[in-house]
Amino acid sequence: MTDLAVHPAPSVPRGWAGSEEARGLALISPTFLYALALLVLPILIVIAYSFWTQDYLTIDRTFTFENYRKALFEPIYQDLLMRSLRISLMVSIATVVFSYPIAWFISFHGGLNKNLWLFLVTIPCWTSYLLRVMSWKVILGYQGVLNTGLMKLGIIDQPLTWLLYNANAVTIALVHSWAAFAILPIFVSLEKIDRTLIEAATDLGDGPIRRFVRIILPLSMPGVISAFLIVMIPTVGDYVTPQLVGGKDGVMIATAIQANFGKAANWPLGAALSVTTMIVVSLLAGAVVLGFKMLMRVVR
Amino acid sequence: MNMALTDPPMISITGLSKYYGNYPAVSQMDLDIRAGEFFSLLGPSGCGKTTLLRMIAGFVEPSEGSIHIDGQDVTGLSANRRPTNMVFQNYAIFPHLNVEENVGYGLKRMRLEKAEEKRRIGEALEQVRLSHLGGRRAHELSGGQRQRVALARALVMRPKVLLLDEPLSALDKKLREEMQVELRSLQKAVGITFILVTHDQYEALAMSDRIAVMFAGKLEQVATPKEIYQRPRTRKVADFLGGMNFLNARLVGERAGTVSVEAAKFGAVNLSKPQGFTATNGHVTVGIRPERLRLLWDDDRAEHELIGRVENRAYFGEVTHLTIGVEGLEQPLSIVETNNFGADDLPIGADIRLAYDPDAFVLLAEDEAVKA
Amino acid sequence: MRNGFKLPLLPAFVILYFVFLYGPILLIPIFSFNNAAATTFPLAGFTTKWYGQLPGNSALLTAARNSMIVGVTVSLLSTLLAICAARAVTRYRFRGKKTMSGIIMAPLILPEIIIAISLLMILLQFGLGLSLFTVILGQTLFCIPYSMSVLISGFEGFDRSLEEASTDLGETAFGTFRRVTLPVVAPAILSSLLVSFTISLDEFILAFFLSGTEPTLPVYIWGQLRFAAKLPSVLALGTLMILASVILLTVAEIIRRRAESRRLQYEHGTH
Repeated sequence: MTDLAVHPAPSVPRGWAGSEEARGLALISPTFLYALALLVLPILIVIAYSFWTQDYLTIDRTFTFENYRKALFEPIYQDLLMRSLRISLMVSIATVVFSYPIAWFISFHGGLNKNLWLFLVTIPCWTSYLLRVMSWKVILGYQGVLNTGLMKLGIIDQPLTWLLYNANAVTIALVHSWAAFAILPIFVSLEKIDRTLIEAATDLGDGPIRRFVRIILPLSMPGVISAFLIVMIPTVGDYVTPQLVGGKDGVMIATAIQANFGKAANWPLGAALSVTTMIVVSLLAGAVVLGFKMLMRVVR
Repeated sequence: MNMALTDPPMISITGLSKYYGNYPAVSQMDLDIRAGEFFSLLGPSGCGKTTLLRMIAGFVEPSEGSIHIDGQDVTGLSANRRPTNMVFQNYAIFPHLNVEENVGYGLKRMRLEKAEEKRRIGEALEQVRLSHLGGRRAHELSGGQRQRVALARALVMRPKVLLLDEPLSALDKKLREEMQVELRSLQKAVGITFILVTHDQYEALAMSDRIAVMFAGKLEQVATPKEIYQRPRTRKVADFLGGMNFLNARLVGERAGTVSVEAAKFGAVNLSKPQGFTATNGHVTVGIRPERLRLLWDDDRAEHELIGRVENRAYFGEVTHLTIGVEGLEQPLSIVETNNFGADDLPIGADIRLAYDPDAFVLLAEDEAVKA
Repeated sequence: MRNGFKLPLLPAFVILYFVFLYGPILLIPIFSFNNAAATTFPLAGFTTKWYGQLPGNSALLTAARNSMIVGVTVSLLSTLLAICAARAVTRYRFRGKKTMSGIIMAPLILPEIIIAISLLMILLQFGLGLSLFTVILGQTLFCIPYSMSVLISGFEGFDRSLEEASTDLGETAFGTFRRVTLPVVAPAILSSLLVSFTISLDEFILAFFLSGTEPTLPVYIWGQLRFAAKLPSVLALGTLMILASVILLTVAEIIRRRAESRRLQYEHGTH
């Protein structure tokens, strides 16, 4: 140490350049700039395009609401958007309802193996999304596992045609895809509940159901809300599932967006559909949060 | 201590302050610490003692003032260039390295020869009696062993000053007491200046050459353990270091170094003046430690006696704490008696006699920081 | 918690749920060994011929090679960028931290197709042709949030006094990062690499929009799904991919857990 001390003393950098703030900003900026360049800027361009028009390959940059008029009021787009919202709401509700007991089970009865349970629950979600949806096609198809199995067992003598290629098939496949994403936040919020609160409620005379309604459910509500949103927002724009198992009746908005960037080659309309979807989803998300909060006020 | 008081100090702190926003964690502090001294910073949590230690180490930048170590101004020097090393409160043993690698961590920077490096690691491990555990990983060590690794890791650097941030607080009582003795003898053996931060007054009393008692970012008193305990400068210091009976007294005479005061029931006593003492309109506070009041049994006689009545009794094994009401005193007196003569059997309400020594009284200054 | 009201139903529900979760996925390996081109019950007997056909398929091999290139690059890039951001978030206080990390994490909650088409537009706008490079750009953006979550939890468990101890022992800031910080958070970094590689390997939407004429494995599979006759070899390929994902994730989990238990042991001490 002594030999080091002989060197001329370079002082600790003082002032803003050496401050905590500057170092933090310097460290986060590569990642932030990356997200800025490849996420924020592209979305701004999408927004710009949504106010323009396209004629074959030339872009007309006069400001217009025409694309939004089409996106919101033309029956096909209106139907697609409404159906997408309906399906994603159904999926979110089903996922949360099915996930809550599992999260409950792991949190309260998982014992020492909570991590193992969580791992088992999440594994399927990390396997290829495409393959998982494909397996539902294998199950629900005309010549699929379910039909051939049931026929073999003699329960039906003709393949059921209503299994595949409709909104229900899309809903089922999506619930399957997003299961673990709903379990995790609910589990985390259940874990955070101080167990002595439950004991206190018991001590004050609450039975199991009252304990659940008055203590556990309200305290795990943040987890339920985030589970709901984590599922709902991405599913609105899902592309693979409706393409594979949706058929004509299960088409969702993403297919229309894709079509405008592909074959139809109407970028401005595709952009307007994307922006509309984002805005409508955000509004719906806000409504959901508000709805849950009001629900909790009633319960209490 | 062999050093003369006139030797240049190892650490010299002048006008040192640290503000967090407007809150002064340490304010306008002046302090000299001598070479080879075992120096303790004692105070309740939040008094700024850890901030002070971390400013000496270089982890906290002072808002104003300066720190000199061995004559060199280190105020703007970063922690890795200071001739100080630290034993962290949680020991901060590197979990990915074994004991030897932990101890040798700082040596790597010095580019010593392999053999020399190995020799110094071995020596340091021997000093803390851990030679047999060189290959262990951090998570395989007990709390006491980790503490020794942290100590060896700092000592091997041969710092001019070793800083210890509550190093014993994580250990259980028995181990803590063993380590107090061991740390003290280790310090004497290596002769390095040690600065210990602690909130445990017994630890400070047992280990230190000198103690600085801190409250609210200011030094309340800096003195030897004996002086701190027997002659606390202020009521706060007296209170923080064990029990004390406080009495209101009246100033009756004042000379250069001493004053005469008169306290109800105790009569006139002559006391030496503490540093920073000023009498305000003749009222002063004096104190006497509970163990300096003694029960008188049967025919015992003393020069200075007092009559009282047992109001409360608490049994502590080797001693009993008694609260004695004395007519004419506003507050009852606390006393501590060893249990050899039956103090633990005294019934509440019993009439007793107390003996006291007028020399045991201390005059307490108004609370105000000192310059050391 | 001894609550009688749910206990008899709960285990039954858990079992059903796991059947629902794993059943469809298990069908893929089951039918990949089935000696028939159609996915019908009852099974037609065991065969490995669908696997035998895989190595001879040059389009598939190209797609596999593309996936490897993309996967390795994406996992390195996203982990590197996430290390910077995670370190900044866990270690420093600065203005705009919430907003910035919010934007970095945003791909987690945006519909993927919107990320994909907006990227597509900007790339074409600036005249960048679609290639594996553009897939890498997009998937890195998509993987950073996942890497961040893994790394933030790794960095949060990191005891800052370790860095101080290193500085105290004479080490520079860079030396401290290299000799203490990196080795201690190595498990988190490794699991970030594995997780982002897995995501990249399975990611379809971005690859579909951005890969141009250079398909990755999922894009290749998508192309094959139109042909019923190709289904068995897709199932065989899918089985291998699922196996790869499961192995990678298990390794990541084991690394994470070992680091965790060592940390807990370290914090509570051995007596």
